[in-house]
Amino acid sequence: MSWEVVIGLEVHAQLLTESKIFSGAATRYGAEANTQAALIDLGYPGVLPVLNQAAVEMAVRFGLAVDANISRRSVFARKNYFYPDLPKGYQISQYELPVVGKGVLDIPIGEGQYKTVGITRAHLEEDAGKSIHDAIPGQTAIDLNRAGTPLLEIVSEPDLRSAAEAVAYLRKIRAIVQYLEICDGNMQEGSLRCDANISVRPQGETKLGTRTELKNLNSFRFIEKAIDYEVQRQIDLIEDGGEVVQETRLYDSQRDITRSMRSKEEANDYRYFPDPDLLPLVIEEDFIERVRRNLPELPDQRRARFERDYQLSAYDAEVLTATREMADYFETVLGDGELADQPKLVANWVMGELTAALNRDNLEIGASAVEARALAGLLRRVHDDTISGKLAKQVFERMWAGEGDADTIIEAQGLRQITDSGAIAGIIDSVLADNPAQVEQYKAGKQQVLGFLVGQVMKRSGGRANPRQVNELLRQKLTD
Amino acid sequence: MSLTAKDVVDVARLARLDIDATASEALVGELSRIVDFVDQLQSVATDDIEPMAHPLQMQQRLRADEVTEKDSRAHYQENAPAVEDGMYLVPRVID
Repeated sequence: MSWEVVIGLEVHAQLLTESKIFSGAATRYGAEANTQAALIDLGYPGVLPVLNQAAVEMAVRFGLAVDANISRRSVFARKNYFYPDLPKGYQISQYELPVVGKGVLDIPIGEGQYKTVGITRAHLEEDAGKSIHDAIPGQTAIDLNRAGTPLLEIVSEPDLRSAAEAVAYLRKIRAIVQYLEICDGNMQEGSLRCDANISVRPQGETKLGTRTELKNLNSFRFIEKAIDYEVQRQIDLIEDGGEVVQETRLYDSQRDITRSMRSKEEANDYRYFPDPDLLPLVIEEDFIERVRRNLPELPDQRRARFERDYQLSAYDAEVLTATREMADYFETVLGDGELADQPKLVANWVMGELTAALNRDNLEIGASAVEARALAGLLRRVHDDTISGKLAKQVFERMWAGEGDADTIIEAQGLRQITDSGAIAGIIDSVLADNPAQVEQYKAGKQQVLGFLVGQVMKRSGGRANPRQVNELLRQKLTD
Repeated sequence: MSLTAKDVVDVARLARLDIDATASEALVGELSRIVDFVDQLQSVATDDIEPMAHPLQMQQRLRADEVTEKDSRAHYQENAPAVEDGMYLVPRVID
């Protein structure tokens, strides 16, 4: 039997506010434990939460970016459960009336093709603190710095049909929140987190199968592996005559399996009710309009502009605009006057050498060892024929290793391309003199020998002779 | 609406109340009477009334996104039964 996979994602984006959603404590990452936890975050009696305007504005920015309805009136609710890192015994969230309603976004599903995925809602809520189970033997240590950090929970429709689509969707969400500057999108630090609701059903069936919820998906690679594992587990279970149980499962990246989180099951009765400490949130039309006017260029718009203005392929434009930093980097290199009409050259380098080096050293582009202006300096020398593309790769590696800028390395290593016809002719003459047999073969009609002779000339020039000139001059000399 | 013994046990568990079997039997009757009392509200016709989330006819006031709190950890932790390395300690909550 063939199975259809149905996936919906819940993404938590930590909003880039200075202060907490309901208190004036700082939200800076990495601070010493409990130094950024105020009385409101600690859940002291008698304190009142006051909503942070920036968090509301960021939620509206997101809503507008995915063409969603912005609720003119939304309500905060208490989600009740007991856990030591939740001092109040409830999390302030939104339930029946979220700030952002139904929206849509497009995800790439192959060369120039897109699929529209529905967004069910996005709501504001506060984060919980952090429990550390392995620091103190026999006890759990609690750090409440994160408690009260604003989160936007973005819930998708069950529109995703594979792990690859789920990853594409999450990448798109990350791109949007980064472009909007409402979340840094850092999955390692947990500023962007993802839970997946997964079910399978026979191809053609319209009713949804029983779903499981996967938690603890903190990298793109894990998400793909965890979903693939869970899908196969469900299919095997059903094909063996079993039934999928609705439950929360944890992905164990070390063993590459998912396992049931039994402890959470019985607690799944959150008894939501409107928080009496918070009045309804009313958002005026002019507030929404002001946010709309200040929206930056979004990933889809930038992609379309890259295709149009720079004549890039759909694929190149997609890759280059997938993160704001990558797109900014590309445009900074291109912004170097002499390279303005060389988008394809710049695109090839950013997507080729640069991306390969970043991947090799596991770096984000923001931490690139070669900055945009430095790369522009190198590509300028490729463009004006100072060095060949091949030698430019060597120069790039040296730049990456911190040996200086392109010009310094080119001079120090003597890599400047030889474009002086006289000098090239001299090398050619010596190569021809040393290889009389090959010259005879060529003259007898064996054209392939030319490649060998070009290679010899290039070798003798230390790779520095301009290959085009070598080809031309060599042909000339051989037909003389 | 009448509650069952299981409802009472479930609610007690959610509230982390430790009640024994004898107490829960008595509570079934008492709690049922409270719920039934409140249930009278169901007889009020509310078809044309917009649900409200708060009794006050006011809207949420927003504050500027500014850090106004300074680190008072030492002071706050005087109240805690156990702290170490700046962290609050609780009985281990994971197997």
